[in-house]
Amino acid sequence: MNDITIQLSQHARAEIEHWLKKYPPNRKRSAVLAALREVQHENQGYLTTELMDAVADYLGMPKIAVYEVASFYSMLETKPVGRHSISICTNISCMLRGADDIVSHLERKLGIKTGESTSDGKFYLKQEEECLAACCGGPMLMVDHVYHENLTNARVDEILDKLD
Amino acid sequence: MAARPEQFTAPMIQLTFNGTTMEARPGETILECAKRHGIAIPHLCYKPGYRADGNCRVCMVEIDGERVLAPSCSRTPSVGMKVHSDNPRAVKAQKLILELLKSDMPGQGGSPHSPVSELDHWAAKLGVGKPRFPQRQQPQSDLSNPAIAVNLDACIQCTRCVRACREEQVNDVIGYAYRGKHAKIVFDLDDAMGSSTCVSCGECVQACPTGALMPARLAAKVLPDRQVASVCPYCGVGCQINYNLKDNRIIFVNGRDGPANQSRLCVKGRYGFDYVYHPDRLTNPWVRKSGMAKTERLLSSSELTQYFRPATWDEALDVAAGKLNQIRDDHGPKALAGFGSAKGSNEEAYLFQKLVRTGFGTNNVDHCTRLCHASSVAALLETIGSGAVSNPVVDVAEAEVIIVIGSRACENHPVAATFMKNAAKAGKILIVIDPYRSDLARHARYFLQFRPDTDVPMLNSLMHTIVKENLQNDTYIEKHTEGYAALKQTVAKYSPEKVAPICGISAETLKEVARVYARSRASIIFWGMGISQHIHGTDNARCLISLALLTGQIGRPGTGLHPLRGQNNVQGASDVGLIPMFYPNYQSVSDPQIRDKFAVLWQAPNLDAARGLTVVEIIHAIHDGVIKGMYIMGENPAMSDPNLNHARAALAKLEHLVVQDIFFTETAGYADVILPASAFPEKTGTFTNTDRLVQLGRQAIEPPGDARQDLWIILEMAKRIGLNWNYPEVKDIFNEIRQATPSMSGMTWERLEQEHSLTMPLLKEGDPGERVIFTDGFPTKTRRGKFVPADYIAADELPDAEYPYVFTTGRQLEHWHTGSMTRRSEVLNAIEPDPVASFNPLDLAKLEARPGDTIQIQSKRGAIKAIARADTGVQPGVVFMAFCYHEAAANLITNEAMDPFGKIPEYKYCAVKISAVT
Repeated sequence: MNDITIQLSQHARAEIEHWLKKYPPNRKRSAVLAALREVQHENQGYLTTELMDAVADYLGMPKIAVYEVASFYSMLETKPVGRHSISICTNISCMLRGADDIVSHLERKLGIKTGESTSDGKFYLKQEEECLAACCGGPMLMVDHVYHENLTNARVDEILDKLD
Repeated sequence: MAARPEQFTAPMIQLTFNGTTMEARPGETILECAKRHGIAIPHLCYKPGYRADGNCRVCMVEIDGERVLAPSCSRTPSVGMKVHSDNPRAVKAQKLILELLKSDMPGQGGSPHSPVSELDHWAAKLGVGKPRFPQRQQPQSDLSNPAIAVNLDACIQCTRCVRACREEQVNDVIGYAYRGKHAKIVFDLDDAMGSSTCVSCGECVQACPTGALMPARLAAKVLPDRQVASVCPYCGVGCQINYNLKDNRIIFVNGRDGPANQSRLCVKGRYGFDYVYHPDRLTNPWVRKSGMAKTERLLSSSELTQYFRPATWDEALDVAAGKLNQIRDDHGPKALAGFGSAKGSNEEAYLFQKLVRTGFGTNNVDHCTRLCHASSVAALLETIGSGAVSNPVVDVAEAEVIIVIGSRACENHPVAATFMKNAAKAGKILIVIDPYRSDLARHARYFLQFRPDTDVPMLNSLMHTIVKENLQNDTYIEKHTEGYAALKQTVAKYSPEKVAPICGISAETLKEVARVYARSRASIIFWGMGISQHIHGTDNARCLISLALLTGQIGRPGTGLHPLRGQNNVQGASDVGLIPMFYPNYQSVSDPQIRDKFAVLWQAPNLDAARGLTVVEIIHAIHDGVIKGMYIMGENPAMSDPNLNHARAALAKLEHLVVQDIFFTETAGYADVILPASAFPEKTGTFTNTDRLVQLGRQAIEPPGDARQDLWIILEMAKRIGLNWNYPEVKDIFNEIRQATPSMSGMTWERLEQEHSLTMPLLKEGDPGERVIFTDGFPTKTRRGKFVPADYIAADELPDAEYPYVFTTGRQLEHWHTGSMTRRSEVLNAIEPDPVASFNPLDLAKLEARPGDTIQIQSKRGAIKAIARADTGVQPGVVFMAFCYHEAAANLITNEAMDPFGKIPEYKYCAVKISAVT
């Protein structure tokens, strides 16, 4: 049975080709992370089975190997998620500086648990984020790839309120 | 395990192991070395033959001078290394790991799923008691697959199943997903196994050390009390199996390390054995009730007792043979014919053809080889003097380029396909040429999805390129071939530029493939029915043979020609003469010298000098009133022949038909006498696989009720036909085959019993047999291979305005041929229960139909209704269907037009119209 049902966009293909140039020709699978990141970016922040299959096909990988990668890395999503992705570090430095309170505040404010998205599709609280390497500024969080440090509840409100 | 030739040339490595000196072979791991010296190091994620993964850490050893312990499965010794597997530090680590793993088991005790858990074995051996650690949260079981039970509560995440699925079978379904404590074994996207793309080969079950993956319905929960080494009854790959029995009942099957399968099996071989216990089994002879006339209508199995009455063996055999005798005496030998079966053993096939030739007095004996590779064999005999393959399938490991053409090996030769996929993964160039994009294409460097029916021009264009670019092997052509000038002249007409629009493959690709094939150190070609089942099937095969001769890509390891045989014994049945034009070993019936030889061997002075009729010709001869009586053993022409309405009408017209089978098959419905026969595990005999391996199938169980072994039935029939035969044992027949078939003359029954399988040709007792043949010329009169050029002819029935689609048939993974066995196997039928036809999604859209809808398929000869399946691997304008469904028999549609040389019907191409059924 064959079921590659969609084609990758021209832009995605160009981006993957850019990464493929960095690896030996028989190591195309090395570009899988870059490819998934690009494809996810073009698809409202999450991967569909069809997109993962298309990446597998493009890179000549077994589909299952792409699924494994997608399920492993926390920056890859396999279900629809909110527009703004919020990752709160709860690792040791941030935890000692009150990260758990920030998590509670966010969950209360947005009315969702970590791992969930708000019903209006605006926010997504990521599950189980590991250290984001900003220990000096803990507690910290990342919203759409931007770091915010030395957080307080008020500061969190301010950050989120600015988002459309 | 892969052979490591370097082991025998490089020096041994001296090391000290637990205080004693021992020698390791180069490349051998510490664990393998210890094992070879009889020292047991506990291990779980390591399995012989699999890539060592080193993830379970149970096999830890201490190495002097190293800070940390080392996993012995993943370390090779160096000279002077001092290794300890039994000192306190190593043992403490081993026991701790076992304790941690055991704490994950349900109830922290032994595996509740398997009586032979390797974890339990090692835990007991090292005295690991109740774990001190808390238990993990346990996952639910997944019982969605009819063949395999998934109980991840016993999973230790050793990934042996992942390696079985991905590296050994290369089905790429099982994954190790998520991370941290969420990490788990998944199928596709963590789907239920039953709805995943799993093909249920069960290799993961065979690999699992704890019973987390087991045969469904607790089939292997009890320990077998007996094991019988045998062979798989399905396809030509010839996998060796073990029947595992408890109280004389087969409870499960596992793969044995045979030369053709290296312990691997597919879904049919592993799970398709239970047809032998189906309630439909015939358990006594049946005779047609008087007054119950035959009609063309197919009888269903529920109508058996309405049309037939039970009879004793004596009565049934007397009626069966008596009427055949009468027809022979009244109308002459040519009024009789016999169909044997490629499912039967060499001994059965040999006796059956001997019965027809010496008892009936005619050469009208044939079997399903006619429907399968007859054209390939015709071409091979004509050009290189032998119908056998040049190299075994596993030779792909030695090849550089592998062409697979007209073969959906993943479905039809699944275990052979695993070796092709392994080779592709190992970097060999796989070239798949087929109108259908199968799963094998995913592994191909080049995939040529050409238009159906255009094989000859496409292959000619490859040869055109080779000649034009001077890539032919002049030395080989000079030394080993004849007729090159004629070939050159023909292929000159087929430039890739000219052929490209005909076959749908770009000229550049055609040229590149030609260059890759010609230039490689070793190129091998595999082909299937996609080549043979055309009216130009012989031409197709001639082109492939010419390609090999032209480039000298034959006669060495890893290079040659391999027509993948369909049935488990189609090679053997043909070898021992179950075909109308040849006695055993392809010796012509029309050669008086040969006839005299057999007249002596068989003590039959009046052998028929004329070649007999083939399968389709016999059907025509019945319609013409020439053939009036038939003996059919194990063949099912009422399902397998092309243009079934025509074939069934013929069967109904016979004055007398004797059918010997294990079920009330579609053909048996037209019988006068039905003789209940034995299934594969109920008898002993030899079977010749596609690689020319003659392998021993051993009896595991008794036939049910009053069913009898086929050899007994043939002997009883022979007695009543007036033949005075004496074969006390199966091996007595085998010994006569050795005399009749020189290529098997060096085989002994005793050696077969010991070694399970021997390679043909084997001329002198004690010889190893010839794995690769044609190493120095060919068994033709001139010792040369002959180029037979072929020109493009189109299929017999082309699509037109009224019948615009191309209809093509084949098999599907779960079902065997006409389905009489596999549709009565619980697991196989549960996976594929309904008649399905595959369409390109674009064609379905045109019909405004969706997958799952019922579609009517109609040709000039018949119409059927099947459930639509969307498959982008099928080209637009093509419909594919398997011929195993009696309720929607694909052969009602097919065209009986024949290849003039092989007499094979054109199953792969006819014109149909399709419509959605509302």
